[in-house]
Amino acid sequence: MSRYALYLGCTVPVRGLNYELSARKVLDRLGIQVADLDGFACCGFPAKPLDWKAGLLMAARNLALAEAAGCDLLTLCSACTGTLTEAAHRLKEDARLRAWVNEELARQGKKYSGKVRVRHFARMLYEETGVERLKELVTRELTDLAVAPHYGCHYLKPSHLYDGFDDPENPHSLERLIEATGARVKHYEDEGQCCGGGILGFDEDTALLMTKQKLDHVVAAEVDAMVLICPFCAIMYEANQRRVEGLYNTAYKLPVLYYSQLLGLAMGMSLEEVGFKLNRVKSRKLAQLFRE
Amino acid sequence: MPEDDIIDVSDFDPNFRDEIAAEPGGEYIRRCFSCGTCSASCPVGGVTDKYNPRRIIHMALLGMRQEVLSSGFVWLCSVCYTCYERCPQDVRIPELMNAIRNIAVREGRIPQTFKTQVGQLRAHGRLYEVGDYENERRQEYDLPPIREESAQVRQILDDMDVEEEAE
Repeated sequence: MSRYALYLGCTVPVRGLNYELSARKVLDRLGIQVADLDGFACCGFPAKPLDWKAGLLMAARNLALAEAAGCDLLTLCSACTGTLTEAAHRLKEDARLRAWVNEELARQGKKYSGKVRVRHFARMLYEETGVERLKELVTRELTDLAVAPHYGCHYLKPSHLYDGFDDPENPHSLERLIEATGARVKHYEDEGQCCGGGILGFDEDTALLMTKQKLDHVVAAEVDAMVLICPFCAIMYEANQRRVEGLYNTAYKLPVLYYSQLLGLAMGMSLEEVGFKLNRVKSRKLAQLFRE
Repeated sequence: MPEDDIIDVSDFDPNFRDEIAAEPGGEYIRRCFSCGTCSASCPVGGVTDKYNPRRIIHMALLGMRQEVLSSGFVWLCSVCYTCYERCPQDVRIPELMNAIRNIAVREGRIPQTFKTQVGQLRAHGRLYEVGDYENERRQEYDLPPIREESAQVRQILDDMDVEEEAE
């Protein structure tokens, strides 16, 4: 039986197919089997600001499905990771809250006793697979690439949810994961800054200004690509890149890769195999480096 | 200073801070000593002066209930948790913003974008529809099909009265 059920959330399976397919291929290469469970729905993130109870119940529903299958949850989206981890913590620690949640879940024929652990894909690679093992599987060192890491917010914060994993102010896990591929990490101004995705729907101008600021900083560091691990960050920096360019009359042409794509390339996969066709910002350098 | 800019304390609701403190997530509002670490760290505040967490907390503590609930202030928090990590008083500001949002929603003050999202959740159980078109596209990339699960999500939203609030 698979230890992990792959929890895709809302954004990845519709707008982040390149993330999903490259992550699945990398997991396969690592010999990590994941289960695809029937019945997962939204993690509850968008409901929490409106009604915390609805948000918690939506999260608990997904946790209950995983628990019934005897699986932990492996997540690709950082917002899902935060929401599900918070719910898992609260329901493990607070017996009264758990009892209330179970009264509600019983109406859906579900039950949650607090056993599920939630892990972001990148954290799982860093902590469980380990950088040394990843290096063993690298067949093509990406030494010609310089990339800028973007950690995003919910992968690390609030830190009390993540049991001391990495340092929220000065993180290193993604940097080590990138280095395992042979690519060079380049740092840039305000590296920890939020993508702005959280307020895109409410105040687009402000959200895109946040996006612009980071794109400015990354481009100033002269990198071949930005590397990230959250589908919403990708929407901000990649899908919205042209819009930001139009709004501010500038040109970034900054390729944005999911870490799973970078790792897949280092494992010898082609651009096509890692779903690069679905990346909107193309680059001559990447095309030349990975020409078949 | 124009007369209109002077605030009238007789309009304040001195119980607002207790109302917030009783709301999950808002428990720690009284700890704030207005140091401004949140505002200095805030990535939203870094690009616009429309959002200033210290100011919102101070207004809430003063009892400016109407102003806090009716303005867009609290919806501008991007929930990045930077201030949460840095706050010396552990006020847990993003959770505090969510607590105030929950109160605003119960009074029918819900931004359009969230109404739209609730509509998607009710219809599809998720923010983006996964219908035949999406599943065909997934199949093109050898990805397994996804079956939408909307009924149980709708039941949760109904039970918690989110639907009513969103209308």
